[in-house]
Amino acid sequence: MKEIILKIKNLSCGYDSQIILSDINLTVERGKLLGIIGPNGAGKTTLLRAITGIIRPKQGNIFFEDKDIYQIGLKELAKKIAVVPQSIIVNSITVEEFVLLGRIPHYKRFQFLETKKDQEIAKKALELTDTLKLKDRSILEISSGERQLVLIAKALAQEPKLLLLDEPTAHLDIGHQIKIMQLIKKLNETENLTVLVVLHDLNLASQYCEELVLLNEGKLIRQGSVNEVLNYRDIEMVYKTTVLIKENPLNKRPFVILFPPKEWDEQK
Amino acid sequence: MKDKLVNWAIWIGILVIFLLIIIIFSLSVGPTDIPFKKFISLIFKGKGSVEYSVLFDIRIPRILLGFAIGGALSLAGVILQGLFRNPLVEPYTLGISGGAVLGVCLNIVFQLDKNLGIISLPFSGFLGAILIILLVYSLSIKRGILKINELLLIGVMLSFILSSLNMLIMAVSHIQDLQGVIFWIMGSLAEPNWFLIKLMFFVSILGLLFSYLFCHALNALSLGEEEALHLGINVEITKRLLFILASLLTGFSVSIAGIIGFVGLAVPHFMRNLIGNDYRILLISSFLSGAGFLILCDTLARTIILPLELPVGVITGILGGSIFIYIISKKQIKL
Repeated sequence: MKEIILKIKNLSCGYDSQIILSDINLTVERGKLLGIIGPNGAGKTTLLRAITGIIRPKQGNIFFEDKDIYQIGLKELAKKIAVVPQSIIVNSITVEEFVLLGRIPHYKRFQFLETKKDQEIAKKALELTDTLKLKDRSILEISSGERQLVLIAKALAQEPKLLLLDEPTAHLDIGHQIKIMQLIKKLNETENLTVLVVLHDLNLASQYCEELVLLNEGKLIRQGSVNEVLNYRDIEMVYKTTVLIKENPLNKRPFVILFPPKEWDEQK
Repeated sequence: MKDKLVNWAIWIGILVIFLLIIIIFSLSVGPTDIPFKKFISLIFKGKGSVEYSVLFDIRIPRILLGFAIGGALSLAGVILQGLFRNPLVEPYTLGISGGAVLGVCLNIVFQLDKNLGIISLPFSGFLGAILIILLVYSLSIKRGILKINELLLIGVMLSFILSSLNMLIMAVSHIQDLQGVIFWIMGSLAEPNWFLIKLMFFVSILGLLFSYLFCHALNALSLGEEEALHLGINVEITKRLLFILASLLTGFSVSIAGIIGFVGLAVPHFMRNLIGNDYRILLISSFLSGAGFLILCDTLARTIILPLELPVGVITGILGGSIFIYIISKKQIKL
């Protein structure tokens, strides 16, 4: 059995008195590319925020490499888990400076400037994400597809073991969607990075993820292989819409076809 | 990396040169003009001449105070902008200066300074400032999220409320030297007490050094609190310590020189455009140029309509307020 990098036990959490996630149990093996799917408001982003310690669990524990994340210092955790947010507000700084911000957790006490090593790591992150050519441009000037790549580069500069991405393909055209997903796959395979990615597009999830987690109304409905999770019963129940699931002839994985109820009736 | 350091060093050099030019200019102009060439001979001749005492008893203390307070207010502005991620935030627009004035006014009315000594004035200013920061902050947080628009509006309204309260206090109490208090509130660098000048100078320099412990944290915070946390920054502790620092700088400045608005807005705005948004250079460059800016404004205030002296707050208010409007209209920041 493979080593477990992340283990979530009986997790319940939420904001103020409101419970968003209840009784979540989840294990992630090292080196996996795991997709998190579910309708809006299912608690996907909240799950990511719980893993990075932004919201405290009301119940249960989260273990990273067998250690409770609250036992690991913030700085140590930032060297192990990096997050790519959906979007970001920034001042005008260059892409290179932005990626260098990812080195902050690695700075020693009273270290003022980045070292040569920090710069090399940032450069490598830019190369991996194919954004080295943008390094002197302002982060505000580049396109949203490019910005998403740069956000990933900054996360890579943290040299994490686990990468969390919150809907990295939202608002992107199909070309950039594929580019981002290919990049995530490449990082997962060649850099041995464990990846948790929240996705709305079920077919992208089917295409790229090894394993899926389906969330609905704060509960974990199913965790398993793509074939196990993308079954029409679960999907129709969770998304409250009718779908047709066929095998994609190119990759032999499930392919979800949306099927408006009205046409469904006419077909019958 | 090296280039960056060289670039920053050049900027600091330029700012220091500007600062020195302003200081020399400020030393030499006034009701009695003292040309720069005469400085050295005056120093050698020593005490005795009128020009000597003008230079050492009036102008140098004023310049030292202008340096300390200009630097402090500008630094407080940069720090608050970093914490709240908005370029329009500064001690004056958030009502923190008003809070400091209230603290000092209450101190004067209850004559605490007579019992506790003059040192109680800056500390009551500090207390007033920090109470207002905490109030504004807690009022603008909704479900754990800081609402920047509300923060600014609440801050501006609090400023109004506080200045009314201050007027109320002055109206109902029997402050002997009401004109002195009013002139103090309007902002002036004429401070007869050497101890307070020295105190302000040290607080200001120490504040600058202390702020550098947070230069990476401020850079991380420019991406938002959540992102800063993802970068391993302890956001809550950072915020608290920087709130205290900003209140200390503002409270002390206001208790000594009254309300000098917009220094913390105008100066960092220019520095951001000129040198960039990296807090590692922004902190020191804002401090230095804030110091130069206030000394220059004060020089204008005391020479522009001789023999009258304007409150320096009037000059910074007009300049800074115009820049505030300019930023809003140009960048279309949502208020």
